[in-house]
Amino acid sequence: MSFVEYGDTIKDGDTAIVFLGHESMFPVKVQHGTVTQTKYGVIRHSTDLIGKKYGSKVTCSKGGWVFILHPTPELWTMNLPHRTQILYSTDISIITMMLELKPGSIVCESGTGSGSLSHALIRTVAPTGHLYTVEFHQQRAEKAREEFREHGVEHLVTVTNQDVCKNGFGVSNIADAVFLDIPSPWEAIGHAKSALKAEGGRICSFSPCIEQVQRTCLAMEEYGFTEINTLEILLRVYNVRTISLQIPDLGKAAEDNSSTGFDSSNPSSQGSPCSNLQQGAVQFKSSVPLREMVGHTGYLTFATKS
Amino acid sequence: RKIIFEKQWFYLDNAIGHIYGTTFEVTSGGNLQPKKEVEETTTETKEAGTDNRNIVDDGKSQKLTHDDIKALKDKGIKGQEIVQQLIENSTTFRDKTEFAQDKYIKKKKKKYEAVITIVKPSTRILSTMYYAREPGKINHLRYDTLAQMLTLGNIRAGNKMIVMETCAGLVLGAVMERMGGYGSIIQMYPGGGPVRAATSCFGFPKLFFDNLHEFPLSKVDSLLSGTFSTETLPSEPEDSTLMEEESNGLTDEKQTSLQETEQESTTEAAMEINRTEEPETMDINVEDPEFKENKEKENKENVREKQRKQWERRKKLIETAALLREKNADGLIVASKFHPTPLLLSLLEFVAPSRPFVVYCQYKEPLLECYTKLRERGGVINLKLSETWLRNYQVLPDRSHPKLTMSGGGGYLLSGITVVLDKVKSDASNLEALKMEEPSSKRCKVQDVDC
Repeated sequence: MSFVEYGDTIKDGDTAIVFLGHESMFPVKVQHGTVTQTKYGVIRHSTDLIGKKYGSKVTCSKGGWVFILHPTPELWTMNLPHRTQILYSTDISIITMMLELKPGSIVCESGTGSGSLSHALIRTVAPTGHLYTVEFHQQRAEKAREEFREHGVEHLVTVTNQDVCKNGFGVSNIADAVFLDIPSPWEAIGHAKSALKAEGGRICSFSPCIEQVQRTCLAMEEYGFTEINTLEILLRVYNVRTISLQIPDLGKAAEDNSSTGFDSSNPSSQGSPCSNLQQGAVQFKSSVPLREMVGHTGYLTFATKS
Repeated sequence: RKIIFEKQWFYLDNAIGHIYGTTFEVTSGGNLQPKKEVEETTTETKEAGTDNRNIVDDGKSQKLTHDDIKALKDKGIKGQEIVQQLIENSTTFRDKTEFAQDKYIKKKKKKYEAVITIVKPSTRILSTMYYAREPGKINHLRYDTLAQMLTLGNIRAGNKMIVMETCAGLVLGAVMERMGGYGSIIQMYPGGGPVRAATSCFGFPKLFFDNLHEFPLSKVDSLLSGTFSTETLPSEPEDSTLMEEESNGLTDEKQTSLQETEQESTTEAAMEINRTEEPETMDINVEDPEFKENKEKENKENVREKQRKQWERRKKLIETAALLREKNADGLIVASKFHPTPLLLSLLEFVAPSRPFVVYCQYKEPLLECYTKLRERGGVINLKLSETWLRNYQVLPDRSHPKLTMSGGGGYLLSGITVVLDKVKSDASNLEALKMEEPSSKRCKVQDVDC
């Protein structure tokens, strides 16, 4: 296993994702002799996991079962231990595309935070690119380094423990892209510019508040960035459900046979393929938005240095 | 070569040798390179009103007539100066608020100062361009949706991907960009051959195509049932017409891509720039001589060439079939005009367990059905039906607000992860698949007629 390469079988030392069903999962570090408790019973790593194929069904002690999944940055994002607020895959995807990242890209990031975006960036720039990530919180920087080592991607990333607003990224003229997720990004725009390659590159700043965006945009303009563009992306997830709506009793049905005939022909004339009359109810398949959804994560401001 | 873009025509010769991102001004026929930063001309007009209570729309505020303006244009006067003249001859300009003045100037600049920026092709540029210019060709796949697909599909170097798309090759190009020439891609295609008009706009190096395979969709069933043979190649007689079609598509695409680029101004760079995107500057030099060579050869030894090509195609087909037969692909990406359910039920067979798959559809309903069928089939978890909304913002001092909401129209995604299929369940799913086949084959026939 590695976060940048698929493996077929589970090995000692791997990070695997235990999938319990219905959005419920957690990561495990696979180790000989270790056991993991789940609500379906115990998983013994030596016998239940090691040597098995990723994607297999593993039966736990109580007869329940779980699936063991190969780690990906997206699964990691859903399961990682939070040390800070993190970026989720929806934002990450548009960031990756708008920064034009691909294998070989050199990226600067600050702050590292919980490493949610970092893993996605590393995945995209591997095997020939590199991520320079700056985190001013010493403990978080340490923890991130440890995770990168465990996940087999340490050769693709350099973690620096310093203040990006004061000291920059520790590199200059080598980056294809810069990403900022800090409280005062406008103070780091100058450093971002010098980190980017002389021939140009892309920058992105993530801020929850519009006031931060305004100051950042002004700073970007001041430093000669072009193509400044602010956007927001929202994910809507739907549950797929079969829904049945009762036909109201308008009092006619009992007296008049022809009116029931009207009732039954009505749903089919609507052209909905799933509908059928069942005991005075119409069934159909629908997609229902989740009761609550994320309404705002942050504004993403992109710009080009050229 | 003459190129038309945004009602302007010009030659690209002068653009060669400049770095990407350089802005050009169009003169009569050629390209001129102006300074990157144009000094703002608004310095002297600091006089401005506070509100518009006294501004009356009488249609007489502009003292220059249409003919005057045309005369200025015909004289070949710089656009910048025309704008200045328009401002000076506007009686209401001084009464307008500072913000309204700004807006007025921007609007006029857009019209009279034709500047073109040449940028490097990328998924970002091409997908925004296609969505704005030719959404029908890419099944209305909005660029943020494409971005989601690439992430959800865990596209990266080293993967062995299966891609089924009818998006002019844009999705394929996006996948190729993310894989950087590492790993392999198998493109499943309907009809006579894969469409790669958009793919060619990326200007990928030859190396990227070494591990790009293609396999006809119509052979999938026989491959799955084990009756696959290479004896009956698809569209063998059409071979030559196919070539023509492809090259036609290419030139077509180049022309449209030029016109398409205008919309890029929706990205609204700091100064209203009309940008164009020119893969040709590089491509032409590299590809043209090759193309000619090919043509000459064809004339000389037409028959032998054809046979050789047929043989090569067959060899490639066998290779691709072998790759698919391993059933260990690292992911599946579907974005087509076809019904997704039969595609998915069949193509997922080629994907290894614990790998992501993503299906795009312009409409939600087919994905609802697909969701249900996949549940019945089993072998997949974490099924998710989703949609993204994208909102652009105008950020200016004291004038920040959302620009436009792009809800709907961006399409829907169904994604999930494959797992090892239960032996018992798989029998039931085979039955399901058989049931599905009837309507699907009918559907295919209808589509064929369309083509």
